[in-house]
Amino acid sequence: MTRLAQAIVVGLGNGSIYALLALGFVIIYKATSVISFAQPSIMVAGAMLTYLFGHVVGLGFFPALALAAAATAVLALVVERTALRPMVGKPVFVVAIITIGVDVVIRVVVNRFIGLDVRPVDNPWGLSTTTFGGVIVQQRHIAMLLTTAVLVAALSLFFKYSRVGLAMRAAALDQETAQAQGVSVGMVFALSWAIAGALAAVAGAFVGTGTGIEGSTWTVALKALPAIILGGLDSVPGAVVGGILIGVVEALVATYQGSYFPWLGANFSVVSPYLVMLLVLLVRPYGLFGTPEVERV
Amino acid sequence: MSATTHAPELGELGGRRVRGRPELYTSYRQDQALLNTAPKRAGVTALFLAGVVLPFLVGNDMVLLLATAAAAAIGAIGLNIVTGMAGQVSLGHAFFVGVGAFTAATLAGDPDSSRHIGFGLDMLLWLPGAAVVAGAFGALVSPLAVRLRGLYLAIVTLGLVFLGEHAFKELKDLTGGVGVGRPGPEAVVLGVDLTEPSTLLGLTLTRHVKLYLLMLVLLAVCAVLGRNVGRSALGRAFSAVRDRDIAAAVIGVPLTKYKVLAFTISSAFAGVSGALLYTIIGHIEPSSFNLLMSIRFIAMILIGGIATVSGAIMGAVFITMLPRMSQFLVRELPFLSGGQLLDQHQIEAVLYGLLIIGFLVFEPRGLFGVWLRVRNYWKGWPFSY
Repeated sequence: MTRLAQAIVVGLGNGSIYALLALGFVIIYKATSVISFAQPSIMVAGAMLTYLFGHVVGLGFFPALALAAAATAVLALVVERTALRPMVGKPVFVVAIITIGVDVVIRVVVNRFIGLDVRPVDNPWGLSTTTFGGVIVQQRHIAMLLTTAVLVAALSLFFKYSRVGLAMRAAALDQETAQAQGVSVGMVFALSWAIAGALAAVAGAFVGTGTGIEGSTWTVALKALPAIILGGLDSVPGAVVGGILIGVVEALVATYQGSYFPWLGANFSVVSPYLVMLLVLLVRPYGLFGTPEVERV
Repeated sequence: MSATTHAPELGELGGRRVRGRPELYTSYRQDQALLNTAPKRAGVTALFLAGVVLPFLVGNDMVLLLATAAAAAIGAIGLNIVTGMAGQVSLGHAFFVGVGAFTAATLAGDPDSSRHIGFGLDMLLWLPGAAVVAGAFGALVSPLAVRLRGLYLAIVTLGLVFLGEHAFKELKDLTGGVGVGRPGPEAVVLGVDLTEPSTLLGLTLTRHVKLYLLMLVLLAVCAVLGRNVGRSALGRAFSAVRDRDIAAAVIGVPLTKYKVLAFTISSAFAGVSGALLYTIIGHIEPSSFNLLMSIRFIAMILIGGIATVSGAIMGAVFITMLPRMSQFLVRELPFLSGGQLLDQHQIEAVLYGLLIIGFLVFEPRGLFGVWLRVRNYWKGWPFSY
């Protein structure tokens, strides 16, 4: 029982990181109907900047995180303006491949700075734990969950009540109509990339709190892809639910697969999100909360 | 319109060539012929001959690189069938390449080895075997393509790469496991090792040259196959599905059938490509069939030219030569690496990214499009119309 509870807590913690990343994907998708495969590299860039501000410059974790998020948002803005804006109106596949190109470029440059070392992200929690009724919980997992909860709440308030949030929702619904109402769709594109960049930076910093940042850290961000597919590409609540589900599934598989299905091999938990995604998609092609595409012929 | 029906004079099938007017087509078949103009016939023949002569003019390592390019081109042609012609975005090509490579290695492998399963079969069996098994996996995966569209499909095929990579790492009897791997298949036909150095008409054919010539011939066969897919009813059905699947269904193109066919054919090409690539490299490592390999194939067809066979070949050659180009860049432009900014591999990776972006933004038809522009310029010269 403790084992189960512990697995679920780990899953919730990691899942909240996936949720943050997934939110970034969904926000970009809703605004521009493109999946940005550049998110992994942007996440690593954010994590690296947190290391830079926190460890090298010596600011505390939270100021470093805030600065890194802002800087990563600027990076995302630059990417959007230079590589993506010229492609408005081109087929989504083409634009998606462009983001792959962007990803490769940014990742190589960031990995060049990471090098072969593991870069620590200084943070208040480290690997220290707290015990709740026999369940040992890493403090950083609680911090992740709380941060995600705060950010998700803030974002939903922003989308619901602010003028800009309303403009973003309008543009997501229908770009032309939104433009006719005076919404600057270009601003919406830029803003969604900036928000997604900042979210990815926060996620990256939290990924780094455990074992630091290394050359392969970017693969964590790819797990947000099963999460958004699970939740539905265009659903903000779906991204959060999908992210947390994927995290929990991964933790459960990591805990139990070794004793029940050893033939699946070591580290099966790492790829289990993709299997879950395949199975869900066969039953529900638009994920749990996605809108089915209705085509007028 | 006369009431009597008569056989069409110019013939819907045969068509007649009119003397002195080489570009007048009197039938659909003529128009769709493989090499429908004299320059094309001459050009392709010249290219092939140049391809045969080339290995005797360049260095040994270059020959090996060209052989790799030819093998990779077969895979690129395959990806171009499913993604270019049929419009089903697949980021999972590396998985099928891997299936082909391991199938071939298992069929050809040493039967007495205690480390891996092997059957010691001939190339005449392992090459089709690789195509069949990889094609079967393609058919197995294709129901996903029937259910999903666009970016959903792209992400799912990306998941396939991760699941496949995991399976390759775990099936140690077949693949040797991470960091160990197994030897690639050997090109032995009816007991004759095709890569054994020999002399022919006074020319010394080294192992590299023979490998290259073998790949060149197989590439020629696969290119004709790919081109024939494109210009037959099959290819027209693929294009219809790509351009508008609902419209295709309305005019009577069964979507499920053609999506399954596209995946199967493309995966079979990928399987052959995988088997041949690792005949050249000689050693298969299970973790090489990763997302990066898929992206490399995508880059080949995007840079080369989408939905064209010649584009796929150009793209494969270009991408395979990229390490050479970045070596050259590092040597000629020392400030790139002199300032410890990026090393050669990093420059190579950055070039990938920038080339993908650059081509998509400025020349979406790829190198094939560049060729079309050059050709049309000289064809009409000095007129610009």
